[in-house]
Amino acid sequence: MNGSTSVSNTSINNNEKTDKQQLKHMMKRKRKNKFFHAVFFISTLFGIAALLLLLGQILIQGLGWLNWDFFNNYSSRKPENSGIKAAMVGTLWMIGITAPLTFIIGVATALFLEEYAKDTWISRVIQTNISNLAGVPSIVYGLLGLTLFVRMLHLGPSILAGALTMTLLVLPIIIVASQEAIRAVPVSQRHASYALGANRWQTIVKVVLPSSFAGILTGSILSLSRAIGETAPLIVIGAVAFIARLPDGLLSKFTAMPIQIYTWSSQPQEEFHHVAGAGIIVLLFMLLAMNALAIFLRNKYQRK
Amino acid sequence: MFQGFLRKGSFLLLALVLTFALAACGDAEETNENEDANNQVEESNGSNEESEEEMKEEMMEISGEIALDGSSTVYPISVAVAEEFMAEHGDVDVTVNVSGSSNGIAKLIEGEIDIADASRQMKDKEYEQLQEKGEEAIEMPVAYDGITVVINKENDFATEMTVAELKMIWEKDSTITKWSEVREGWPEEEIKLYGPGTASGTFEYFTGAINGTKNESRIDYNPSEDDNVIVNGVSGDPYAMGYFGFSYYVENQDKLAAISIKVDENAEAIAPTVETIKDQSYQPLSRPIYIYPTKSVLEREEVKAFIKYYMSEKGQMLAEEVGYVALPQAEYDKNLTHVE
Repeated sequence: MNGSTSVSNTSINNNEKTDKQQLKHMMKRKRKNKFFHAVFFISTLFGIAALLLLLGQILIQGLGWLNWDFFNNYSSRKPENSGIKAAMVGTLWMIGITAPLTFIIGVATALFLEEYAKDTWISRVIQTNISNLAGVPSIVYGLLGLTLFVRMLHLGPSILAGALTMTLLVLPIIIVASQEAIRAVPVSQRHASYALGANRWQTIVKVVLPSSFAGILTGSILSLSRAIGETAPLIVIGAVAFIARLPDGLLSKFTAMPIQIYTWSSQPQEEFHHVAGAGIIVLLFMLLAMNALAIFLRNKYQRK
Repeated sequence: MFQGFLRKGSFLLLALVLTFALAACGDAEETNENEDANNQVEESNGSNEESEEEMKEEMMEISGEIALDGSSTVYPISVAVAEEFMAEHGDVDVTVNVSGSSNGIAKLIEGEIDIADASRQMKDKEYEQLQEKGEEAIEMPVAYDGITVVINKENDFATEMTVAELKMIWEKDSTITKWSEVREGWPEEEIKLYGPGTASGTFEYFTGAINGTKNESRIDYNPSEDDNVIVNGVSGDPYAMGYFGFSYYVENQDKLAAISIKVDENAEAIAPTVETIKDQSYQPLSRPIYIYPTKSVLEREEVKAFIKYYMSEKGQMLAEEVGYVALPQAEYDKNLTHVE
């Protein structure tokens, strides 16, 4: 800014001098542009290189151990007999409970805050709290789950306790994401709906939700992917490291994939680190599948 | 179309939630009934004649759940025993968790688990806490472990050290930072220290045996609950030093060297091996590791069977298979008196 004004000022006084100066300035600006272009490019490369390195290492480590037995065996003291069955089923159970709970409560809360709640100090306090809760470290939720669900409600280190803890962890994220999606629906559309005599609920069902559904779904699925990868809260509530049985109800003990991977990677035998690699591949695949589903659903509903 | 989906979707979700809720109720009732049934069986057993009871014990298919938690050092043995035990008794579910000796014992006191895995002895205070709940823990040593002090493979000077020298390095408020400060002639290079975290039984035993006071150690080392971090740290730095359970050394002998330890200046330097740990000549760092069942859980048939299996020849073999050293038979026999 400063540079350009001084250039225009001096250009009135001395033509020859300004030409040179202008050229110099231009070269300087171009160099600056090139420099930052390079910085940004290298930054991008850095992230991608780290990701590729990580993926490559895990694939090399684990791919050879990935076979049918790995999916059909429980964990074992012997690396070659170890499998991820209990952990995979445990994770699926947990997400099966967490997903509907968070979706219903989360979207309902978002709708209330965006469509019904008046702008009072109470609603502002609630809003601030939710945004802050979204940033609370996961281990804190683990401690909350341990006192509330495992001990006070006597659920023990069960699937239900794990799923409820995960629900608490994910809820603020889903609420914030859903609010963003709902807020993106133009007010004029709502007004049009009201003008036709529709009430709030009719407007929500027929106008707001249809155009915000893609965003809500994407946010929900992405935050559930976070729940799948969380380890700390599950360790705190006491999900077990070794179990050789599938869960048969909401109150049975369980293990989950991140816990299983963590346990394997802390075993002394080198082979177990390969087994952990195989577990990571399965977990990554699950996460990628969920993210792909999110993208698919977004595209499907956005086209309308 | 969208509304159709939404309507169907919400019905589906509702249905899902309801199913889960119902399943939860169903489960709770079922387990209650099971427990009642078990109680009845036990009561009727009690009234039976003794000879018949013995017969029945052999015949009766045992079932139930046994939960273990605690030390990461004991974890591999417990998992191995649990695995083989369940292969023979399909109706018993054994779960093993890792949260450190102290946390395991705390959970035992809270009644959240049946057996605590511990790489240290229970403290008087912990016994008292259990007593307040009307419980009593039974100490059962299951194997010997030798805490191994490791250095980098390239380190060729510190292969033998005295307890006093180790104490100089590890004691509380130690100011030693370079190898040359420990013994004259050693290189003037910084010692990078790695060790287990303070919740670990290994930490407690090591500090007691080397520094003289339990749980008192210098604090400026790299602590980790994951022993592989220590393995990686020491194998990556020629002047590093660390300590952990014997099994981690056995599995990483190609990457690390163990320090032979002299009790004092004139004593013979003893390296940690299966033999020296078994005959207790590896001093002062060879130690027994334990499981702690409570008296009340020892009355359950499935727990009795599990403990018997743990102390059997098979159990001892499993302990050696995962890198520990079996105790003299007399110790196992003593443990077995509690389950007869």
